[in-house]
Amino acid sequence: MSEHVPALTGAPVGTYQQYVTVRIASQLFGLPIQMVHEVFAPDAITRVPLAPPAIAGVLNLRGRIVTMLNMRCLLGLPAAEGKGMAVGIEHDGEAFGLMIDDVGEVLGLDTAKREANPANLDARWSAVAAGVHRLSGELMLILNVELVLRGAGTVKAITASSY
Amino acid sequence: MDDLLQEFLTETNESLDVADVELVKFEQDPNNAEILNNIFRLVHTIKGTCGFIGLSRLAAVAHAAETLMGKFRDGRPVTADAVTLVLSTIDRIKWMLSAIEENNGQEPEGNDQDLISLLEEMAATELPPPEPEPVPEPPKVEAAPQTLERDLLPGEIPLDELERLFRETEVELPARGKDKAKEAAPAASAAASSETTASASSSKGDSAKGDSSKSDAPKAEPPAEPKAATASVPAPVTTSGAIAKADGRTPATQGGAQRPSGTPSGVPANAEEGTHASALSAQTIRVSVGVLEQLMTMVSELVLTRNQLMEIARRQGDSEYKVSLQRLSNVTGELQDAVMRARMQPIGNAWQKLPRIVRDLGQELGKQIELEQIGADTELDRQVLDQIKDPLTHMVRNSADHGLETPEERRAAGKPERGTIRLSAYHEGGHVIVEIADDGRGLNVGRIKQKIVERGLATEAEVSKMPDVQAFRYIFQAGFSTAEKVTSVSGRGVGMDVVRTNIEAIGGTIEVHSKLGQGSAFVIKIPLTLAIVPALIVRAADERFALPQSAVVELVRVQPGTDHAVNWFNNVPVLCLRDKLLPIVALGTLLGLAPEQDAHQADQWTDALIVVLRVGAETFGVVVDAVSHTEEIVVKPMSSTLRQVPMVSGCTILGDGRVIMIVDPAGLAQGAAARGAEAAEMDLNTAEATHRAAAAEERTSLLLFRAGSREPKAVPLGLVTRIEELEVSSIERVKGYPVIQYRGALIPVLYANEEVGRAKSGTQPMLVFSAEGRVMGLLVDEIVDIVETPLDMQLSPSGMPEVLGAAVISGQATEILDVGFYINVAFGERFEQLTRVSTRPKLLLVDDSAFHRDLLAPVLKGNGYDVTTCSSAQEALERLGDDEEFDAIISDLELPDMDGFALAAAVRDDPRNRDLPIIAVSASRDRDTIERGRAAGFTDYVARYDRAGLIEALKEFAGRQGAAA
Repeated sequence: MSEHVPALTGAPVGTYQQYVTVRIASQLFGLPIQMVHEVFAPDAITRVPLAPPAIAGVLNLRGRIVTMLNMRCLLGLPAAEGKGMAVGIEHDGEAFGLMIDDVGEVLGLDTAKREANPANLDARWSAVAAGVHRLSGELMLILNVELVLRGAGTVKAITASSY
Repeated sequence: MDDLLQEFLTETNESLDVADVELVKFEQDPNNAEILNNIFRLVHTIKGTCGFIGLSRLAAVAHAAETLMGKFRDGRPVTADAVTLVLSTIDRIKWMLSAIEENNGQEPEGNDQDLISLLEEMAATELPPPEPEPVPEPPKVEAAPQTLERDLLPGEIPLDELERLFRETEVELPARGKDKAKEAAPAASAAASSETTASASSSKGDSAKGDSSKSDAPKAEPPAEPKAATASVPAPVTTSGAIAKADGRTPATQGGAQRPSGTPSGVPANAEEGTHASALSAQTIRVSVGVLEQLMTMVSELVLTRNQLMEIARRQGDSEYKVSLQRLSNVTGELQDAVMRARMQPIGNAWQKLPRIVRDLGQELGKQIELEQIGADTELDRQVLDQIKDPLTHMVRNSADHGLETPEERRAAGKPERGTIRLSAYHEGGHVIVEIADDGRGLNVGRIKQKIVERGLATEAEVSKMPDVQAFRYIFQAGFSTAEKVTSVSGRGVGMDVVRTNIEAIGGTIEVHSKLGQGSAFVIKIPLTLAIVPALIVRAADERFALPQSAVVELVRVQPGTDHAVNWFNNVPVLCLRDKLLPIVALGTLLGLAPEQDAHQADQWTDALIVVLRVGAETFGVVVDAVSHTEEIVVKPMSSTLRQVPMVSGCTILGDGRVIMIVDPAGLAQGAAARGAEAAEMDLNTAEATHRAAAAEERTSLLLFRAGSREPKAVPLGLVTRIEELEVSSIERVKGYPVIQYRGALIPVLYANEEVGRAKSGTQPMLVFSAEGRVMGLLVDEIVDIVETPLDMQLSPSGMPEVLGAAVISGQATEILDVGFYINVAFGERFEQLTRVSTRPKLLLVDDSAFHRDLLAPVLKGNGYDVTTCSSAQEALERLGDDEEFDAIISDLELPDMDGFALAAAVRDDPRNRDLPIIAVSASRDRDTIERGRAAGFTDYVARYDRAGLIEALKEFAGRQGAAA
């Protein structure tokens, strides 16, 4: 796992990282704030035929085509009931939206207190998580955006080959 | 890296590409002084500019090359070796340039002494120019050459020359004006177009020199002024005088050759330089690709916004904005056109490297190849241009390698030794057509068809009916190469499929035309641009999709009572459109958005909208739910995660802000074909093996009846002679066996099984089987039906000896009964008594299907043969090898591992078996198979269910064998 979470090893002790907290199903996740461009309510998502299941589709966000990733699907959770929210992120000049249930507050956390993924974490979860923070009353999983996008990509590779 | 260097790199690279082309031309036409001059000037420019910027290593190489080029100008014969050397020098320069670019302006380490010494050697070993060097006249202005304290580095420009250059540069413009004023316009244009004609050079010499040396020099006199200019260059340049001589020209040569070094921009700033583009260059500016791309994106956005506004206007009906909106729309359209034009580049840019490639190939392959280029100025979008560069190169290579014959072959075929590859390009309604034609050997249809069959891409029967053009299309299949030998150039069977993929990726198509012995032509049709395309917006599976208009042929509405109708072939829908049958697919289903079973409801398409698409030569129909409108859509690329998604080439934003997918027609065609293949595969799976598939395809007539249980039972109708209603009172008993009198003879009758009702009175249905005079009756409960169906029988483990197996017939599980078993029961013992075993002819029956074995063996036994059965050819050969003597072999043609043909051949290989009759039994009856069978050594051929025929054949052959023995 260590090669998946390079940020862990190089982080100096005592530095603070701000996280945008989001909720998917009942679980709290944290996204490094510098990755998050915006938060928006996804509307009029167009399905992409034959796309990987984790890709919900694309939408037009102020003239830009945003590829929407269904986080619940990626994490193997049942589909959400409500419309939910989306976190806009930018990667390699392309715009992506992570579909989540709800957006919470921004938390500043000590990186030194971050703990590694529990060994028995669901494989689909540990594939996108870069560690855990213990908050008062609950645990927050850190989402690694790179891994999330790669996760959507691997799913693609499988579906493409089976096609 | 500073701007100057950046500019130098860009320009030098361009110049080198030109130099490549020019050199190849020069080699073919060494006497063309104009070409020579062009090359010399190019190399010289490079050298000069290098010196300017301080790239000494580069300058040294360029200088050595220039020296050699100078020799050519002296009239030294141009050899292929020399041109190769210069070309490799140019390659070296290119390498260094790219290294400089990578190293941020630093020249790579090392030196090029190897190359330079080769160049110098070649320049030095040459005989002195044939003509005596003219007496150098004292230079006028350059009379007092300034000298440096040190030796000049190779390629460095002497100070005096520099000074002269500055002087000349200063006064060029006035000179031009003066020239124009003085001379008639034609003369000026002549000067602009050519420097080699005598008149032009004289007038030019006049004007060029008029300023630098105040027209002192006599017009056409060769005073060899350059001597002074070049004398101070230390390298083996001792040729300037001869240069002038060879050109028959005055100091203009000097100016022509050296002035560019003083104008580092490289773009000839004045018409007098004589390059063709010069007149235009004053009106063009260099714009970076990035700026153009940005412009394009912005225009695309503008088009989108315009579309949105138009949509709003459409909804609002009459509005005051309408007029202004119309104007905005027009202007946007024009702007779009203009920006598109700015992105256009002549296709010649993609061809630039080809002459060099063709030349090198020609040398490598020992062929004489001429490359003709027609329509190199045809313009197309640079994005498209980039995409077709590699495919074009590949195809030209292919033509040179495979297409064209060697000179000997060409001579033998009565063609000129020199082969021609003709590249042509032209516009045709929104598309660019590029043609690569050669006058070589052409494609061998026979070989291609053979290959198609070998690779199992089509059957022989299909291939024989296949039109040539369709067969040629197979050369674009991966791994398909008919080249007998793999060369370093091509023949590996990779490439053509990549070519097709690349071209189809940009919405283009490729076709091949060829005549054996006369050559072949590849015709590529590509769109002018990829950025904005007209598209048809359709609806399917509750989503809208854009279908590129270029692929749409027509829209068809299928309705009851119209001429067009959807027909079904075994769950595959086809559209009868006029005289054609088109495969159709439902867009929603194909894209995986609509449930699969929808497509299988045969009645759902009695009223449907079908978009007929054409991709290449493929025409097919796509069923959509609704057709909306056509729109100029701006193609937006999909994110990288989605780029590999099949059948979708991009997306666009519609007027209402929704994103919709652009469907890729080529992908659709492939997807549709894949579905067809899938269906075929399923058939194969159920049939288990190929022979089964053949048996399944051949429908078998079965008699269905009930005997005991409710489930029907069946026997092959071919084995049933009659169906009778038997008066049960007529059943008698002989030795405890039930018999009846039937047509004047006693025949045994059996009940099909224990459960069959034994009627006490009245009639009971009876099947009459006959095996060569032996007739028996089988009593059953009820005759159900006669069906003709593909027979796909699974052997039954029921343990009941009379049951061969079960099959699903008309949707019901049906037991197939074994007629042979009943015949055995009814006659077996009696035959044993009638014929002594030793005299019975022995047969070897080879069939991998237990069904067929069990079907035939009893019949044969019933006819007095002793039958040994084998399930494979291998087993049969073992039996034969066991010194067992057989009177005849009956073999199925379709056997696993080793087929009947191979078996027959193997049997015939053994001298003892040379006269052994071998009778083939097979389902297929076509002439080819029969011929092949005869060739393999089969004595006769009998169709699978033709028992009478088989018995006849056995009588004839096995009997004869017996008589001979």
